[in-house]
Amino acid sequence: MLDKIGIAKRIAQEVKDRYYVNLGIGIPTLVANYVNKDIEVEFQSENGILGMGAFPFDQDVDADVINAGKQTITTLPGASFFDSATSFSMIRGKHVDLTILGAMEVSDNGDIANWKIPGKMVKGMGGAMDLVASAENIIVAMMHTNKVGESKLLKKCSLPLTGLNCVKKIVTNLAVLDVTSLGFQLIERAPGVSIETIKEATAGRLIVKGEIPEMKIS
Amino acid sequence: MINKKLLNAQEALVGIKSKMTIMLGGFGLCGIPENSISELVKLGVKNLTCISNNAGVDDFGLGLLLKDKQIDKMISSYVGENNEFERQMLSGELKVDLIPQGSLAERCRAAKAGIPAFFTPAGYGTEVGEGKESREFNGKMHLMESAFKADFSIVKAWKGDEAGNLIFKGTARNFNPNMCGAAKITIAEVEELYPAGELDPNEIHVSGIFVQRIFEGKNYEKRIEQRTITNR
Repeated sequence: MLDKIGIAKRIAQEVKDRYYVNLGIGIPTLVANYVNKDIEVEFQSENGILGMGAFPFDQDVDADVINAGKQTITTLPGASFFDSATSFSMIRGKHVDLTILGAMEVSDNGDIANWKIPGKMVKGMGGAMDLVASAENIIVAMMHTNKVGESKLLKKCSLPLTGLNCVKKIVTNLAVLDVTSLGFQLIERAPGVSIETIKEATAGRLIVKGEIPEMKIS
Repeated sequence: MINKKLLNAQEALVGIKSKMTIMLGGFGLCGIPENSISELVKLGVKNLTCISNNAGVDDFGLGLLLKDKQIDKMISSYVGENNEFERQMLSGELKVDLIPQGSLAERCRAAKAGIPAFFTPAGYGTEVGEGKESREFNGKMHLMESAFKADFSIVKAWKGDEAGNLIFKGTARNFNPNMCGAAKITIAEVEELYPAGELDPNEIHVSGIFVQRIFEGKNYEKRIEQRTITNR
């Protein structure tokens, strides 16, 4: 089974040379730390920066340079700042190649819910609705089950939706799955996790075809 | 040169009254008009509708207006960091219109640009789309979103000049440029205000035509919500 860092490391393998990538809050933010150093990648944050670098050293912290998670960050050579409308032109206009975000629920047709639990919790959708409505390549990073052990990979989302039919790939603590027209297709198992365990933790349609390899994580 | 310079927030905010709709720039606490928000607290104007991506935190930014119950309605995209906001919203004391962040930015830009409405795929098939006109373009469904209408727009910039030209710093830019010119009157507070001619016209982010009033703010706190560092 993977921890959050393991999930981030596995997703980092999906980041390819010359990609512009938008990272959501939480596990997705960690992905930047594990991307192959030999490829050229730029990270975008929707509050208005492209070419985001690591967290600053203590004396370099600048309140005017943050990411969408409100964390202090730095810029890399080639970085740029822009306004919010321009930022979403990059997203809506499909100039960003890959979007990685978290979710509360994903359904087996690729619907995603991640912004509201009616009557209990409302964080707001932030940029997530724009991202999932326009991005062509969307990877969800999340735990396979919620805090009380219920599956987050469902036949149909029970929470208010963020977007329809948009998630392409899911990386959880248990597995890598592609979203296909027939449901969640199991691609890889996390180290030491059995197909049986994944089946039990998946409420939506699960397709298991042939040998399912274990993930390779350094 | 048309001079828009005023002395302080008190002078710049003249005319703001209860029940008005006000746009405020900023992302989290980054790039918020701190001096003007303090002045709004002092003025005690009530029943405001505020258009702003976030609502500050419990004890800073727009959170100060929420605490004093000066806001009737918030139009925002993300409220995650503000407990009082979440409490007032869930209890029904505060009306909240949560909308996708890109649509929020574009509704500001549309108001500024004289575009009454536009279509975007964001939110189609979700609660956000309920009651809105939808239309298919290139095989994909889109929602019609309308330009905002606001009485005042209050923004924060790094440098400005008497003509109202603005330059922003880092990600403190965010919604601020899109809100300039998006309301009947735009008020800009800046960290450094220069005489006209001192700023290089090549470096201006927002032209002075979109700004009606400008003043130099003071005592910026620039609070950081998530101080994250790399250890040496």
